[in-house]
Amino acid sequence: MEHKFYISPSPHIKDSDSIPKIMYTVAGALLPAGIGAVYFFGLQALWVILMTTAAAVISELFCQSLMKRPVSITDGSAIVTGLLLAYNVPAEVPLWLPAVGAFVGIAVGKMVFGGLGYNPMNPALIGRAFLMASWPVHMTVFNTVPRAGTISGIDAVTNATPLNVFNQARDILTNMSEHTAEQVSEATQIISQLYGFSGNLFFGRVGGCLGETSVLLLLIGALFLMYRRIIGWKIPFTYIGTVALLTWIFGGTEGLFSGNPFFHVFSGGLILGAFFMATDMVTTPVTFKGRLIFGTGCGLLTVIIRLWGGYPEGVSYSILLMNLTTPLLDRYTKPKVFGG
Amino acid sequence: MFHRKSFRGGAHPPEEKHWTEHEAIQELPLPEIVVIPLQQHIGAPAEPIVQKGDTVLTGQAIGKTDKFVSVPSHASVSGIVTAVESRPHPMGTNLLSVVIESDAKDTWTKSVKSDPAFMELSTEEMKKRIQEAGIAGMGGAAFPSHVKLSPPPEKPIEIALLNGVECEPFLTADHHLMLEKTDEILQGFQIIMKILEVNQGIIGIEKNKPDAIQLMKDKTASYNNMTILPLHVKYPQGAEKQLIKAANGREVPAGGLPMDIGCLVHNVGTALAIFEAVSSHKPLIERIVTVTGSGIESPKNLLVRIGTPFQNLIEFCGGFTQSAAKLINGGPMMGISQLSGDVPVIKGTSGILVLDEKMAKLDLERPCIGCARCVDVCPMNLVPSQITTFVEYQKIDDAYRMGVLDCIECGTCSFICPAKRNLIHYIKLGKAVWNERQREAG
Repeated sequence: MEHKFYISPSPHIKDSDSIPKIMYTVAGALLPAGIGAVYFFGLQALWVILMTTAAAVISELFCQSLMKRPVSITDGSAIVTGLLLAYNVPAEVPLWLPAVGAFVGIAVGKMVFGGLGYNPMNPALIGRAFLMASWPVHMTVFNTVPRAGTISGIDAVTNATPLNVFNQARDILTNMSEHTAEQVSEATQIISQLYGFSGNLFFGRVGGCLGETSVLLLLIGALFLMYRRIIGWKIPFTYIGTVALLTWIFGGTEGLFSGNPFFHVFSGGLILGAFFMATDMVTTPVTFKGRLIFGTGCGLLTVIIRLWGGYPEGVSYSILLMNLTTPLLDRYTKPKVFGG
Repeated sequence: MFHRKSFRGGAHPPEEKHWTEHEAIQELPLPEIVVIPLQQHIGAPAEPIVQKGDTVLTGQAIGKTDKFVSVPSHASVSGIVTAVESRPHPMGTNLLSVVIESDAKDTWTKSVKSDPAFMELSTEEMKKRIQEAGIAGMGGAAFPSHVKLSPPPEKPIEIALLNGVECEPFLTADHHLMLEKTDEILQGFQIIMKILEVNQGIIGIEKNKPDAIQLMKDKTASYNNMTILPLHVKYPQGAEKQLIKAANGREVPAGGLPMDIGCLVHNVGTALAIFEAVSSHKPLIERIVTVTGSGIESPKNLLVRIGTPFQNLIEFCGGFTQSAAKLINGGPMMGISQLSGDVPVIKGTSGILVLDEKMAKLDLERPCIGCARCVDVCPMNLVPSQITTFVEYQKIDDAYRMGVLDCIECGTCSFICPAKRNLIHYIKLGKAVWNERQREAG
C-alpha cells in the first residue's frame, strides 16, 4: 500500500473550538475592561496588567520546568489568570505585589494540583486571597482618582470606594442612637447620593480594583463570551439575581425591602466575578442544576459578607468557598439518564 | 400529545453531504475476489459449510448456524472457494472468512425466484425467508432482523418506524436508496408492519433530504398506514432511541429496548433487503456504499457485492488523492478507522470515508477543563467528562454508577470536546472492563 493511515477511535471529525481558542477568547473579552482601566487610572494600570500577566506565565513555565512536565504556557490559561488577578488589585499597588500574587495563584492554586483542569479553586482568586491576607493595606486603600470621577462615585466623600462608603453610612443609620443627628443626616444624604449616582458605577467613574469599575465594559466582554457560548447564563444570572433580590430585601436602611439592588449589583467586583470568575469552567459544576445552585450560593455568600461580614466586598471569597462545593454539587445533581 | 419533534442535546457537525448528494447509484463491476466474513452481525458466528476448492453460485449459503440470534452468510459471486481462513475484518479484528475467486459469470442459485403472492405468506414464512437471507440491520448495529421481528407476546408493537434519517455526516447511501428504490422500501416496510401486526408506520427523514421526503410523501399517499416524519437536522437524530423520542415523545427505558415501549425501528436499507428476501428469496449479498471524503478523487454512491475489498471501490472512484490520510468504515462520527484497503465491505458498511491529512491529523489531547459541553450535547443525558475520568482512573464502579452502559457511542461528546479528549474511547473501554468483570463474577 502506498498510503499509510492514521488510526484513532471515533469520531474522526472534531469541532473547531479548542482550549487555547477558548482561553484567548476569554482574554480578548477581558480586553475592553482593561482598556477602560488604563483610561480611568492611567498608565500605572497598564504596568500592573502587564506585570501580573507576565508573572503568571513565567510562574507556570517555572513550575512546569521544575516538575519536569510538558510546558503548556501557550494554552492561554495562565494569561487569563494573570489578567483576572490584575483586575483584582488597585491601580497604585507596587508592581512586585501582583507579581507575587500571580506566582502564588499559579504555583499554589494550580500547579501543585496538577495544572490546568485539576485545580479545585480559581487560581486568580487564590492569588488575590493571599495578597489580601498578606498586604491588606495595599489591597484595600484606594488613592487613585478615576478620570472624570471620584473614588466613591459621589462628591461628598473622596477617599473610599462606593461599597466602603455605603457600609459606613449604613452602620450609622442602623445604630442611630449611637450617633449625632448631624452624622445621621449626613449618612442619609450619602446613601441617597450613592443610589442616585449608579451611572458613575455603570460607566466606571469610581475607585476600586482595576476590573471592578466599568460595568459597561465588563458587560461588553461578557456578552461576547455568551454569544460564543463560552460562558452560560446559569451561573451569572443566578448569582446576580440572588444578590439583587437579597440586597433589595435586606440591604436598605429603612427596614426590609428598602434596599437598592442596582447599587449592589453595579458596585464592587460583582459583575467581574459573576461573569468572569464564577464561570471558570474548571472550578464550577458541569451539571445544569449544579450551576444554578453554584450561582445562587455565590450570591448568598456575597450578600452575607457585604451586609453583615467584616469586609465591604465578598465576591472573591464567596466564589472561592463555592468552588470547594463543586465536586459535591456535581455528585448530587447528576442528570436523570434518558429513559431513566 | 404535544412534544418537540426532536430530542434533548445533540450537535451540528458539518454535514458534508455535498460530495455525493447528487451522485446516482452506480453498480460496481464484479470483483475478482470476495472475502466474506462469517460474522457480520451481532450474535453467534456462522459455521463454514463450504471448503477450499468448492464451486459456489451467487446467493448460495456458505456459512450457517442453528442458533436463533445469528444469520447465515452467502456467496456474493459465483466461482471457486480459494480459502476458508482468518482475514482482516473492518470492525478491527481478524475473523474466519470465506474467500471466493469469481468466475465472472455471476450464476445465481436456483432458489432465488420471484414470488408474486408474497404478501399472502404467513408471518412465520416471512420471518424464515428473512433469516435465510442473512439480513442483519443495515444501519450499523447489524442486529439480526428476524430476531427484532419476533418480539415476545407480552410486548406487542404499536408503532413501526423506518429510519431514513441518515444523520451521519458525509453518508448519502440511504438518501439515494430512498430516491431510487422507493417502492421496494415501502413494500419492505409493509412486510415489516404485517409481521408485527402494526397499522401505524412512521418514516423518519432529516429535512436536509427534501427530495426524498417529497418522493416518499407522494408514494405513501396511496397507502393509508404510513406517514412521513421530516425531522430537524441534528446529530444523532438517527439513533434509534432519539428517533423514537422525536417521533412520538416516548423514551426507551434505560437498559431497555424499543419494544418495551411498543416501538420498533428498521433502517431503510434493511427494509429493501427484507422486501427482496420475502418477494424473491434473494439473500443479502449486495448493498449501497457511499465512497466519499476529501481523500477520494471522485466520490460516488455504489451498489456493491458484500465481500468486495475496499480497494476495489476506491479504485473505481478514481483512487486516493495525494493527501489521503485516514480510511474509515462508516461515517466520521461512529465509523472505524482502517489500517488498509484490504478489508471487505460487510452488511453494515454504509460508507467508506477517506479523509485528507488536514482533517485526519490527530489533535493533542489536553486535560478536561470542565466546560460541560459534553454534558450539554449528550443525547442520553449522561456526564461524559466524569464517566471517562472514572474509567481513566480505573474506577469502574463509579463509571457504572454514572451510567457508562447507557452510552450509545454516538461520538457527539468527543466531537464537541475542546480538550480533544477521546471520550468515546474511554467509554468503550469502561464498558469492556465492566462486562469482563461481570463475566468473571459469573
